[in-house]
Amino acid sequence: MNNKQNSSLTQLVAIGIGSAVFFILGRFLSIPTPVPNTSVETTYPFLALMGAIYGPIPAALIGLIGHAVKDLLTYGLWWSWVLTSGVVGFGYGLIGRQLKVNEGEFDKNDMIRFNVGQVIVNAVCWIIVAPVLDILIYAEPASKVFTQGVVSAGLNSLAVGILGTILLKAYASTRTKAGSLKKD
Amino acid sequence: MNDRQPIIEFKQVNFKYQSQAEPNLIDISFAIYPGETVLIIGPSGSGKSTLAKCINGQVPYSYDGDLTGEILIQGKSTKDVSLFDLSLSIGTVLQDTDGQFVGLTVAEDIAFSLENDVVDQHVMKKQVSQWMNELDIEELHDHTPHQLSGGQKQRVSIAGVLIDQVPILLFDEPLANLDPASGYETMRLIDRLSQRQNLTTVIIEHRLEEALSTNVDRILVMHDGHLIANMTPDALLRSDILESIGVRQPLYLDLLDYAGIDLASIKQLGAFRPDMLNAEQRQTIASWTKTIHPPINTPASQSLIEVKQLSFAYDEDARSQTLANVNFSIAAGEMVSIVGSNGAGKSTLAKLLGGFLRPTHGDIYLKGQNIRDLSIKEIADSIGYVMQNPNHMISKNLIFDEVALGLVNRGVDAEEIETRVYNTLKICGLYPFRQWPISALSYGQKRRVTIASILVLQPSVMILDEPTAGQDYAHYSDMMRFLETINQEYQMTILMISHDMHLIQEYTTRSLVFSGGQLLADLAPSELFARKELIEEADLHPTSLYQVGALLPDVSINDLLKAFIAYERQQRGREVDPT
Amino acid sequence: MSQQQQAVLGYLPRNTFVHRLSGASKLICFLILSVITMTSYDTRFLLGVSVFAVVLMYFAKIRWRDIRMVVYIVTAISLINLVMIYIFEPEYGVDIYQSRTVLWEGIGRYSLTWEQLFYELNIAIKYFATIPFALIFMLTTNPSEFASSLNRVGVSYRIAYAVSLTLRYIPDIQQSYLNIRQAQQARGIEMSEKASLVSRIKHSAQIIMPLIFSSLERIEVISQAMTLRRFGKEKKRSWYSAKPFDRNDVLAIMVTLAITAVGVYCFVINQGRFYNPFG
Ligand SMILES: Nc1ncnc2c1ncn2[C@@H]1O[C@H](COP(=O)(O)OP(=O)(O)OP(=O)(O)O)[C@@H](O)[C@H]1O
Ligand SMILES: Nc1ncnc2c1ncn2[C@@H]1O[C@H](COP(=O)(O)OP(=O)(O)OP(=O)(O)O)[C@@H](O)[C@H]1O
Ligand SMILES: [Mg+2]
Ligand SMILES: [Mg+2]
Repeated sequence: MNNKQNSSLTQLVAIGIGSAVFFILGRFLSIPTPVPNTSVETTYPFLALMGAIYGPIPAALIGLIGHAVKDLLTYGLWWSWVLTSGVVGFGYGLIGRQLKVNEGEFDKNDMIRFNVGQVIVNAVCWIIVAPVLDILIYAEPASKVFTQGVVSAGLNSLAVGILGTILLKAYASTRTKAGSLKKD
Repeated sequence: MNDRQPIIEFKQVNFKYQSQAEPNLIDISFAIYPGETVLIIGPSGSGKSTLAKCINGQVPYSYDGDLTGEILIQGKSTKDVSLFDLSLSIGTVLQDTDGQFVGLTVAEDIAFSLENDVVDQHVMKKQVSQWMNELDIEELHDHTPHQLSGGQKQRVSIAGVLIDQVPILLFDEPLANLDPASGYETMRLIDRLSQRQNLTTVIIEHRLEEALSTNVDRILVMHDGHLIANMTPDALLRSDILESIGVRQPLYLDLLDYAGIDLASIKQLGAFRPDMLNAEQRQTIASWTKTIHPPINTPASQSLIEVKQLSFAYDEDARSQTLANVNFSIAAGEMVSIVGSNGAGKSTLAKLLGGFLRPTHGDIYLKGQNIRDLSIKEIADSIGYVMQNPNHMISKNLIFDEVALGLVNRGVDAEEIETRVYNTLKICGLYPFRQWPISALSYGQKRRVTIASILVLQPSVMILDEPTAGQDYAHYSDMMRFLETINQEYQMTILMISHDMHLIQEYTTRSLVFSGGQLLADLAPSELFARKELIEEADLHPTSLYQVGALLPDVSINDLLKAFIAYERQQRGREVDPT
Repeated sequence: MSQQQQAVLGYLPRNTFVHRLSGASKLICFLILSVITMTSYDTRFLLGVSVFAVVLMYFAKIRWRDIRMVVYIVTAISLINLVMIYIFEPEYGVDIYQSRTVLWEGIGRYSLTWEQLFYELNIAIKYFATIPFALIFMLTTNPSEFASSLNRVGVSYRIAYAVSLTLRYIPDIQQSYLNIRQAQQARGIEMSEKASLVSRIKHSAQIIMPLIFSSLERIEVISQAMTLRRFGKEKKRSWYSAKPFDRNDVLAIMVTLAITAVGVYCFVINQGRFYNPFG
């Protein structure tokens, strides 16, 4: 995998395929928790990886399209959360820009930076953006949506912190260094 | 010919993928002229696909690496032309059909490049139906890709490229997934198109015998990144180049060789033609046949797998079933082949046996136990299944880890894992690459990784879904011989789905013939071709040995085949028959 | 694939006037109706729209068994949501409607008022008024038309095609997912019902990595195949399966606009989003 990463067509295909993966992960691989209606999503760690590889805009679109498709194929659209997923993707992309995983680098420092960043992104998105949209769109009571937001922010930070970090590390290690492959 | 301008020209081209330490193409120079049909052959991993990528511009546009020298297409350097403009000169059919098929349905995929050229909808519809007709896939018009068999997908890919009407067609292993009849048909189709429209055609293919059925003008031979030959089929077949790099020559040439017939007496070697042999030579071969005494097969022991009234449909509402009322049984230690048309249901059967799919009706018994009650893992302890598509099996980044995975999960200790994995990698010719990421392998190498990952577990039954597709002769015969050895020493039962008619004769004792979901016949492979109606119905195609056999005085085709295979075995010093 | 088939909503090819509408006009109608039903809290309007949607489903020959699963899921989610709202803000309805009619004097802050009940009823109706249009759109629109529809309503053809790729590769990736799962099981990981729930969850993490990495590789192969067939060369592209607009499409959009106008009129007479029967 040493192809040109950032051509606009590759980004476009990444949006298409990424959204499909987002859908499959959300549908088959979310890990239910004892709290009703909440689960540890494997989609957001994936989104973090896509943000690191392809940047903010593709990641935003993957969040948006992937979540919209997931909702449409299961139970109609939940607009507030769909939009939030888009914003989350964008945020992850901004953090990803600070990293160099495409060059195969992901050391301790990067790991800390990534995790501080992702916790901030999750906090902003789930504790501010999603609840505000819920209030604007569905006129739901503030205390309820903010509490939901805090729980989501916590769970997603945890998921991204563990699984996302593992994914980024694994991805960085597949980026084989130039001139390193030799038969022996 | 040389006064014409070449349409493709390589001048001292060198290329190295960025991640590689050593170059993958070394000092390649050749020219191809308009209207020529050129075949590229060579062992797996020798750089054929890489060469193709240089022709269509993927190198340097899509792959990073060091490219030196000059590549001229229609007189212009590929460095000065955009990839889009190049695609108007060259239509490419990729090796991996999963990626080539981007449309939601067959018709849309065929129309894809026209859509990109902003062609009017009604013009598109007309052209699409014309090409679907040409390739005989009209009934697939609205099918989605996952409703197609491997071969059907390949045909759609070909239609999607032909619709562009480009001057150069580039095929990377167009036959790899096709049944024999479709393989010959595709080659004839390519031939017809290239002649009618005066196309230049470049074909990469391992199946030399089938590939030669077009009028190939020239063959380029790749070996370890070098272009070691550039000559006419006739000259190449007379040389010993093929043997030296482990590519199988057409079977009839081996036969002539064994029977001691001098090739110098035959004009224009290529695909077999009856006029190649005169009466005297035919007699020579017939006499040679009688000197060989093939071993008699001992019938196998008690039954291991039993399939009873098995039916399966992917879609419960479907009118027709993918498999309908299939009955057979397989004894321990047998080597059985499964053959038949594309879409006949062979892979489906394999998935049912492996427990990946469950029967709609009927039962499968493994050692007397109904597998209905077993989980995939429990079945896998006895039945190892190598899938047709390597991308569906590979789950690790490094080759070693991939092959070791099954052993790790079974709790085998690290030391034993290492020896077993290394041994298997050696058998599969992958040992030098053991620490590589799988993404840096060629397609054929990837397929071998999946075979190794099951082989290492040494299950009592192994099901291989087209193990030789995209493999070169040297590697697959190593592997087949190994399979044969464990078959004999450990009584490992082997079921093999294959489109290679010679392979099934050489290595299997029984063939299950499928067509349209039905088990048409269950017989010895050598009897297969005596049954014309069977051949037609299951889209099989005889090898050149049959064509020779049909010409011989008082020797049956069956006798010739048996003699041929027995002779090769004796030559290899195995299994010398005491009679 | 019986045991693998999941309750995924998909196109049901039938021949009704709803199916024959072009995908683009259906998309426009769906989006406009979603926005108005989401913003309005006028009970009469939402009920009216819901009835309209059900009638439309009837004419589109969407059967109960096609949508049964979805209705169950949405009902479950709504119920949980409604209970949560009550737990967090039992007097929210009182705030909104500026009136308090106690039905049952409860413990602490948890009383039951008509206003709260009415507010929560509105939310429930709202969930059910927005869902049918999404369902109608999904079940009557051929996915092949999706991309061209998006393109026609102003989305760039590249993004539109990305959506088409998503739909194209969902079955493939789902198949890969199943295959990876099976291949892993065949390599000795127990994932059937015979393993405990906890270990199944732990093991499912093992599938995520190969799924993601094989998808990354797929991205590169596909983008090369698309380049080789000139995707992105021109400023626009034509669509093999686009449907032209006809009279019925214009009609559908006009009906949608009329409904929207009623919705907006409700804002005016209610002087806000909420219809207040208590004032
Ligand atoms: N993307 C890549 N990155 C690094 N190395 C690569 C890449 N693709 C191929 N190679 C290496 O280049 C060599 C030639 O590969 P190529 O795909 O051209 O082989 P091939 O002759 O087409 O083989 P096959 O018959 O198996 O398809 C192989 O040794 C392979 O390891
Ligand atoms: N997942 C699936 N869902 C629906 N139909 C399928 C699926 N897989 C295969 N089919 C259909 O079932 C039939 C048999 O397919 P199968 O893959 O078993 O054929 P095959 O004999 O292996 O062909 P090939 O030689 O081309 O690999 C084909 O008509 C195919 O279109
Ligand atoms: Mg190749
Ligand atoms: Mg098959």
